[in-house]
Amino acid sequence: MLRAALSLLALPLAGAAEQPTQKPESLGEPLPGLELFRWQWHEVEAPYLVALWILVASLAKIVFHLSRKVTSLVPESCLLILLGLVLGGIVLAVAKKAEYQLEPGTFFLFLLPPIVLDSGYFMPSRLFFDNLGAILTYAVVGTLWNAFTTGAALWGLQQAGLVAPRVQAGLLDFLLFGSLISAVDPVAVLAVFEEVHVNETLFIIVFGESLLNDAVTVVLYKVCNSFVEMGSANVQATDYLKGVASLFVVSLGGAAVGLVFAFLLALTTRFTKRVRIIEPLLVFLLAYAAYLTAEMASLSAILAVTMCGLGCKKYVEANISHKSRTTVKYTMKTLASCAETVIFMLLGISAVDSSKWAWDSGLVLGTLIFILFFRALGVVLQTWVLNQFRLVPLDKIDQVVMSYGGLRGAVAFALVILLDRTKVPAKDYFVATTIVVVFFTVIVQGLTIKPLVKWLKVKRSEHHKPTLNQELHEHTFDHILAAVEDVVGHHGYHYWRDRWEQFDKKYLSQLLMRRSAYRIRDQIWDVYYRLNIRDAISFVDQGGHVLSSTGLTLPSMPSRNSMAETSVTNLLRESGSGACLDLQVIDTVRSGRDREDAVMHHLLCGGLYKPRRRYKASCSRHFISEDAQERQDKEVFQQNMKRRLESFKSTKHNICFTKSKPRPRKTGRRKDGVANAEATNGKPRDLGFQDTAAVILTVESEEEEEDSDSSETEKEDDEGIIFVARATSEVLQEGKVSGSLEVCPSPRIIPPSPTCAEKELPWKSGQGDLAVYVSSETTKIVPVDMQTGWNQSMSSLESLASPPCNQAPTLTCLPPHPRGAEEPQAPLYPPSDPHPSFAFPPSLAKAGRSHSESSADLPQQQELQPLMGHKDHTHLSPGTNSHWCIQFNRGSRL
Amino acid sequence: MTKNYSGLDVSSAKIEKLWSGREDFQRIPELAINPLGDRIINAFFPEGEDQVNFRGFMRTLAHFRPIEDNEKSKDVNGPEPLNSRSNKLHFAFRLYDLDKDDKISRDELLQVLRMMVGVNISDEQLGSIADRTIQEADQDGDSAISFTEFVKVLEKVDVEQKMSIRFLH
Repeated sequence: MLRAALSLLALPLAGAAEQPTQKPESLGEPLPGLELFRWQWHEVEAPYLVALWILVASLAKIVFHLSRKVTSLVPESCLLILLGLVLGGIVLAVAKKAEYQLEPGTFFLFLLPPIVLDSGYFMPSRLFFDNLGAILTYAVVGTLWNAFTTGAALWGLQQAGLVAPRVQAGLLDFLLFGSLISAVDPVAVLAVFEEVHVNETLFIIVFGESLLNDAVTVVLYKVCNSFVEMGSANVQATDYLKGVASLFVVSLGGAAVGLVFAFLLALTTRFTKRVRIIEPLLVFLLAYAAYLTAEMASLSAILAVTMCGLGCKKYVEANISHKSRTTVKYTMKTLASCAETVIFMLLGISAVDSSKWAWDSGLVLGTLIFILFFRALGVVLQTWVLNQFRLVPLDKIDQVVMSYGGLRGAVAFALVILLDRTKVPAKDYFVATTIVVVFFTVIVQGLTIKPLVKWLKVKRSEHHKPTLNQELHEHTFDHILAAVEDVVGHHGYHYWRDRWEQFDKKYLSQLLMRRSAYRIRDQIWDVYYRLNIRDAISFVDQGGHVLSSTGLTLPSMPSRNSMAETSVTNLLRESGSGACLDLQVIDTVRSGRDREDAVMHHLLCGGLYKPRRRYKASCSRHFISEDAQERQDKEVFQQNMKRRLESFKSTKHNICFTKSKPRPRKTGRRKDGVANAEATNGKPRDLGFQDTAAVILTVESEEEEEDSDSSETEKEDDEGIIFVARATSEVLQEGKVSGSLEVCPSPRIIPPSPTCAEKELPWKSGQGDLAVYVSSETTKIVPVDMQTGWNQSMSSLESLASPPCNQAPTLTCLPPHPRGAEEPQAPLYPPSDPHPSFAFPPSLAKAGRSHSESSADLPQQQELQPLMGHKDHTHLSPGTNSHWCIQFNRGSRL
Repeated sequence: MTKNYSGLDVSSAKIEKLWSGREDFQRIPELAINPLGDRIINAFFPEGEDQVNFRGFMRTLAHFRPIEDNEKSKDVNGPEPLNSRSNKLHFAFRLYDLDKDDKISRDELLQVLRMMVGVNISDEQLGSIADRTIQEADQDGDSAISFTEFVKVLEKVDVEQKMSIRFLH
């Protein structure tokens, strides 16, 4: 995903980078004289350079942040610009000409969208709409005011003769320049204000303004540009009217495009239940499509993306999975920060190119003074008007920060580069002035705004955790205010907000949200979730140990019966460890029983020893994680193994043990299958193939067994387990010794196995029943299985490749060993011979003692072969037989 | 009158329309779908009465008048204005506190939660939310939220802004 987006980002940069036919040497790339290598370099040159630039920028970021002192004093954007200057200087010195400019095309199509999307998507919507009036005023009126006053004042300056006559520009040129220099830049504002931490209201006003003024900037720029191109003499009165009308078209059109795409996006994510993996991609694609569509229709693209992000967030977040949410968040942040870094660095580099700009002190100084002065004047005037209507008036300090926070940035630079030199003869002067203005605002104002904020004691934003009380009571306040407005019959802000919420709840959410998501959608409940998750994490962090030692008594939920008695910590603990560890569980968990199960699951999850996990599905591109159910099954299985091991250790020869537990019995049965497949296949074992051990097979066999098992065979199974118990205890003792003593204990196991067999064999040979064969095999294989699992976890074997090698002796030797010792025919079994095991007719499966593979038994076995062959072909190919052993190793390892 | 009591500039025609009884309030369609509508209507009426006069109505509305700068520094000794922070909070608090014992008990909280949260949240979950809410706020361990505790949990909230309406005309 990220890579895809990055490559998207990379393409244009590549295009841009290719334009100034560059010599690769300029980057200091190692270039040996090999022809072949040279040719390859040109193949990858463009994307390589892009990646390299991004890497350099990222590394620079890391370096900056190595020192806290520097970053706390100097905003990152300043450092990046300075770095860009240095790098640009180096490139200039090496290549003798400036390269790697900030190309307007690249900037608008690829660098700007991620930043805007990020800010739109994560915009606190409530705060934004609460202050929408102020934001719109500053964005529209303020920008118009700035553009016209700055342009006019500069023209006046020229008329007064303070600008050198070589700057050939008329009133329209100055207005054009004013329009591009007047817009507060979202990238710069975000970069600086993020580190300043002023209070939210102030931040949202400045930041919202910087986003929404794009429409005005675009319109002004386009109108002025076309006026300049037409020539001032040809401009008709209708053109002015068109200009005004286009303001509405561009802004409302841009917003509409954004909202349409937000709607599409929300609707699309509603149906992604089965293809979770593309959810994040959808978010980025549709938002980008909104941007491009708006750009194509020459509407305000920034406005479109902002509205798209703002509009879709609620529904998208409700629809997509938790993991997708995290992915979207991080990818967005990564892309935005990446783009921001590159922008500032390229700004620095672009400034080095002296061929593009021409200096005029009068113009530069005049512009600097005017933009500061008119910004301040505009803010004061507008605030005065706004304060007549605002609930919480903006005080003087706020106004100072707002005036001072009007940073100009890359948008202005890109726009001024886009000017046509033939139409605007003073372009070079404008470029120089813009660079100075951008550098001044970003560096000087960016550096000083922090001390200023501190000195003025501007209300800072307080980071406090959301509490349930706050959320609840604020909701109450909202309802009260809406009700009061209703009572008074006043259709104010709260009235419309309430109406909107009703409409949203009734129609929009129903349409755009997945039904399951819609049902549990509630803000209070959300906060409750989040708090619980936080508690759970902190609880696990500090209390996981306690949990495991106190064992399984915790999850009983006293709070459900008597809430009042529960102490705070207990309840927190309960909710922390239980209901809320991961969202997906909570989403579905409804009944108390389920919840208890979940508690149990999480408790076991967190408290039990976790062996190394190895993911089997490395090849699937479409599904990341295994099914939760499957995982749970595995965990249950694994825990059973554990429990059994524990109990074998403690209570030897405890015959009745397995009967009390249904699950172990099942696993035991599964092992029968393994044992048999193993036993018959015996020698030819393809270890390499085992790497692909399929879990599905296990499931299948389990079902199969359940299907074919009659009560009688169950009985037999039980007895089979009894053998297991005995044998295990014996083998385990040996195994434990070896396991604890050695890193790689597998060879050690071989010696004990004959003794095992010897002990069993005389006792086994007394019985002539075929079915018992099964159980006898079980006695051997199960201990080995568990033993290997045990040993593996103890001896930290890392890869799957090594276990088979190490285990191969264990697995191959142990089961056949007794047989081999007693009877040489065993290897003669055809390798593909499917072994009769669980499928024996119940009559044959009468439980008995053990059985030796005497030659007399062979015919009988062969008689059964067809039946078994059929059985096996349904789910076992000959090759897969050998999987079973590994499967189980894995099972115990998982 | 208007100015003295509330500073709200509500045209008298509007007041005339709805100033009499409880039913008039209940007839307002938006109020019917407001989850807390009934409670808020009740807040307008003095205890046990079904009528409210203009004066009482304005007194209630006065709670929502924004606090102005010059009022903040006014004499501390005088009677607390109705739109003070604490009075605003008390208005909200009374919506919860049905039995008027100056405490929000678990049951009272549950009732409000039930009204505000969608029907899809089970009682059990609602109960756990209520418990958690009380735990958060409760300081003296009586499993209820007193007014002091109520004020305390909301101390970081900009109540002056969030419980104020600016009526424009």
